[in-house]
Amino acid sequence: MADRIYERPAIVRNTFGAMNKVGRRGDLSNHAEIDGVSIDALCKEFGSPLFVFSERRLRARVREAREAFARRYPSTTMCWSYKTNYLDAICAVMHQEGSIAEVVSGMEYDKARRLGMPGDKIVFNGPAKTETELRRAVAERAIIHADHLEEIYLLEKIAAETGATPTVGVRVSLDAGIYPRWDRFGLGLENGQAMQAVKRIARGGKLALGGLHTHIGTFVLEPAAYGRAAAKLADFATEIEKSMGVRPTHVDLGGGFASTNTLATQYHAGAIAPGIGDYAEAITSALIAGASGTGTLPRLFIETGRALIDEAGTLLTSVVATKRLSTGKRAIVIDAGVNLLFTAWWYRLNIAPARSAEAFVEDTAVYGPLCMNIDCIRESVPLPDLRPGERLAIHPVGAYTVTQSMQFINLRPAVVMINEQGTPELIRRAEVLEDLTGPEVLPERLKLGATTSGATPALKIAREG
Amino acid sequence: MPTPDLPYDPAELRTLALSDTGFIFDPRTGHSYSANATGLATLAAMKDGLDPAAIATKLRAEFKGGAAVEDDVAGFVDLLRELGLVRARSAP
Repeated sequence: MADRIYERPAIVRNTFGAMNKVGRRGDLSNHAEIDGVSIDALCKEFGSPLFVFSERRLRARVREAREAFARRYPSTTMCWSYKTNYLDAICAVMHQEGSIAEVVSGMEYDKARRLGMPGDKIVFNGPAKTETELRRAVAERAIIHADHLEEIYLLEKIAAETGATPTVGVRVSLDAGIYPRWDRFGLGLENGQAMQAVKRIARGGKLALGGLHTHIGTFVLEPAAYGRAAAKLADFATEIEKSMGVRPTHVDLGGGFASTNTLATQYHAGAIAPGIGDYAEAITSALIAGASGTGTLPRLFIETGRALIDEAGTLLTSVVATKRLSTGKRAIVIDAGVNLLFTAWWYRLNIAPARSAEAFVEDTAVYGPLCMNIDCIRESVPLPDLRPGERLAIHPVGAYTVTQSMQFINLRPAVVMINEQGTPELIRRAEVLEDLTGPEVLPERLKLGATTSGATPALKIAREG
Repeated sequence: MPTPDLPYDPAELRTLALSDTGFIFDPRTGHSYSANATGLATLAAMKDGLDPAAIATKLRAEFKGGAAVEDDVAGFVDLLRELGLVRARSAP
């Protein structure tokens, strides 16, 4: 009596000279459900591929971050980085948990206002704010961080025309001792440009000085770098106060905290990324030490995104086909491509089958459905024998996937969030063709069957033929 | 004894050492391999000179759930060729 489950016969050559130096192959376990909801049932109800967010995990992570900072530094405001994921439902959860909005464009500003965030609860960053956007932000008393002097001049012009005295902060680029150094956002601290901007605001007579902001990098695995950045901002605030008699209203850090994802170039698996408490300890210790001479602790804005939401997001996908490449390597084609997973180009995303399998796994290339050679989710990931229709879970994909996904070759899939009671709720429907073609305008003369003189000879021939 | 009607030559596989755990050693090259349970069963049947149809029947009897077993066996033979364990041989 057959009691063993059939798998396609497979054999792999053992390569002893090239063993994994960290001594493990990563997590080979299956991923059958999310918050108690079967992956297969989710795909049957909402389609495949499918983005799934766990509200439970999201809220738990936000609360962990909030408490990690508040415990050490009560005067902390959490700011949700919209660009990380600006789905309404996600932002609403963040706002319910007490985060204000951090936006970097007029579009994101509009989204925050549409959700009911008042202007004075919106941090407005970004390197290219338009005059129209700034006029609205000034009128609504948004928390503006100027990226360059031209923006300050523009704000002065708006102030002069409206009679308002906008409070304007400065984005500061500084050396936090990490490579690469990010210096494209804001004005340099070490070369004096940031001080020049502060003087212009504080002494120009048209603006009031707001906060100091810095964004030192992305996926920064070294909490000490934030400590150095916070210390520099604290010193800068003290220097400003001593020289101009005005103190910045707040300091703003936090962009770039790492999640448990794994960078493509990262040696160790991502689970060893610093905890949120490590970042909190580094930043708050530096601020407290920096304020010891003045006795004034600045309000702290923490505007993190990825570290809060990455683990809450999973992309469910289905196997379309399996094949052997010319090298003999196993490959699969799945129904989700890099148009949905922009992050696959710099992360080694975990890919796990929904069902449990025998221990035998084989390094497998995972390709998406796009007719493009670049559509590769993982060049090599250990997977068991898979059949068309089988489900896979790609994780973590909560950050920068939905917002960076695009309608390229395929439309975008639905997004659901499993609420805290374990019920999946649709938070973005699957796209239909009208979502793609709606903004398009086809001139009458180009429509097939048009009888205008503008029709091309080829079309005329086709119709007549 | 020659078996010209098979798409592989069982004699090429006779020196392979197969363990029950799926560990396979090729003393001619020093290479070792790992196979899953069906791969091991297929390899053992090929060593015994069974033809692909008989191997598919054997797999169906020993395992449950196979849908396109004949195609899978053919794919496995191709894989053995990629690995150099059997040489290309025209099917009759």
